[in-house]
Amino acid sequence: MATVAPILAVTGNEAVAEAMRQINPDVVAAYPITPQTEIVQIFAQYVADGKVDTEFITVESEHSAMSAVIGSAAGGARTMTATSSQGLALMWELLHVASGYRLPIVMANVNRALSGPINIHCDHSDSMGCRDTGWIQIYGEAHQEAYDNHLMAVRIAEHPEVRTPVMTMTDGFIVSGAIGPLQELETEQVQEFIGPFTAINPLLDSAHPVTVGPFDGLHGWFFEHKAAQQQAMDRALEVVDDVAREYAELSGRRYDLLDPYRMDDAEIAIVVVGSTAGATRMVVDKLRSQGVKAGMIRVRLFRPFPHAEYAKLLGRCRVVGVLDRAESFGAQGGPLFLEVRTALYDCDPRPKVLPFIYGLGGRDIFPDNIEEAFAALRKAASAKKVDTRRRYLNLRKDEV
Amino acid sequence: MTVRERVAVGEQEMYEVRWHGRGGQGAVTSAKILADAGFRSGFAGVTSAPTFGAERRGAPITASTRLSHRPIRVLSQVTTPNLVVVLDETLLGGDDITAGLKPGAVVIVNTARPAAELAIDAAALPAGARVVTADVTGAALAADLIVGGAPMVNTAMLGAVAAATGLIGMESLEAAIGQAFAPAAAKKNFAAAVMAGGCTSG
Repeated sequence: MATVAPILAVTGNEAVAEAMRQINPDVVAAYPITPQTEIVQIFAQYVADGKVDTEFITVESEHSAMSAVIGSAAGGARTMTATSSQGLALMWELLHVASGYRLPIVMANVNRALSGPINIHCDHSDSMGCRDTGWIQIYGEAHQEAYDNHLMAVRIAEHPEVRTPVMTMTDGFIVSGAIGPLQELETEQVQEFIGPFTAINPLLDSAHPVTVGPFDGLHGWFFEHKAAQQQAMDRALEVVDDVAREYAELSGRRYDLLDPYRMDDAEIAIVVVGSTAGATRMVVDKLRSQGVKAGMIRVRLFRPFPHAEYAKLLGRCRVVGVLDRAESFGAQGGPLFLEVRTALYDCDPRPKVLPFIYGLGGRDIFPDNIEEAFAALRKAASAKKVDTRRRYLNLRKDEV
Repeated sequence: MTVRERVAVGEQEMYEVRWHGRGGQGAVTSAKILADAGFRSGFAGVTSAPTFGAERRGAPITASTRLSHRPIRVLSQVTTPNLVVVLDETLLGGDDITAGLKPGAVVIVNTARPAAELAIDAAALPAGARVVTADVTGAALAADLIVGGAPMVNTAMLGAVAAATGLIGMESLEAAIGQAFAPAAAKKNFAAAVMAGGCTSG
């Protein structure tokens, strides 16, 4: 049943913090200093004001934040944290531990560049870099989705068929620090949607003692654990969709595994992550009005990557452009490019796929830049031989 | 026809605002209040983004706000504004205040001087553009809106924005200010906004 809530003007950080307030997790452990975002500052205020019952632990580093979160989740508590940029990078080795122990942690990551040179602005290097740490990754577009994704993440992470940590992504500053519209659910609705937390084999259940984190070497089950993690990722595709369907009944907002726009008869298409999708839709509309069969897919779920859905929607295109806001130096393109091109390899006929890099370190991206990308796709559609090297959007020509 | 009525037909008619201020002047707070007032004035899409950097107090900063009757899709910085708001007139010599102005654009400057005396090149203005002045600092001082020894011009300026453009209604502005501040502070902020609106000319 959809409800009509007032439109609030909030920052992306406030939208995530609001979701956390309504979730009211048992424990939040976070590093309280740069590169941390306002999410944790706002949440700390909620704790201080008694608006949540959360045990809030400020720790001395992001490495310790993830360590504390792992201990808390293993102990049997609904546990969350938030981070960004270098902070996520410092968590790296523990990210594998969290997913390997199948702990249903939910973490908000605000996407920002990794140094150096020193830069604090938006790009996706932080979360794309940890795409192989075994976490589920959901990318949002704007404020509403930052909030909605975070609520759905709790259900996905804690689902018995999944039981895998989830990170939700929001574009740094462009959404996190900017003001946009948000419609909230009632806190009671949120509580009913997420339900009570069910711990599985918690450390603190002394009647049923368990060991978490022992050595699991050559004669152990390490390899089988990794295979089981992959099976959980496969099952997550269906669970994410089920949770989204249930969330749609509650909120009136239906989120698919990916977000296609005017793809029905598209001959050229762009695949993009995050806040740039809005401007891309504008350009698609403009090209459509000129008779160009253009379309777009915005990525929502990146891990697991719903490759079959991409093959289905993009397989009919002649040329696909993939816009990466992160690099994979020395590879044929950015992380998303590699994923999309792999998904399309078995298509017959197989679309051409071109890599684009944009927006690193917060470099602005304008509709003109996206038109430029579409122009390259149109040119490639009629060309016999196509240059498939990276193309850069809004790169300073005078400096290269 | 008010601006609110004219910003009617989608993206082409999207109303774009560029703010010029200095670090510590509260441009982010006022952008948030403007967005809130925009929703209350009936806009369906309002976004507002500061340009972040090394946020030194006193450093020139810009911010972008967009209002539309449809959800807003573009999130890049505003480069072709309908409205430019200058919180500190000493910025006129440095920042390119008139860059990218749309025809018919409005430039509002916080100043006690008449528009003709300002360092704005009239030849650089596009067709139909006008410069509006308001002594917002004076209004903030008169309303005793002083924080840390300095008059706060950010919310007061919104009164001038409302008066010069009709973009937001004063009742919406009052409600949005009421949402952002505790009652006593909200009263002072709104009083300053009303005074700034009253002295808006041009």
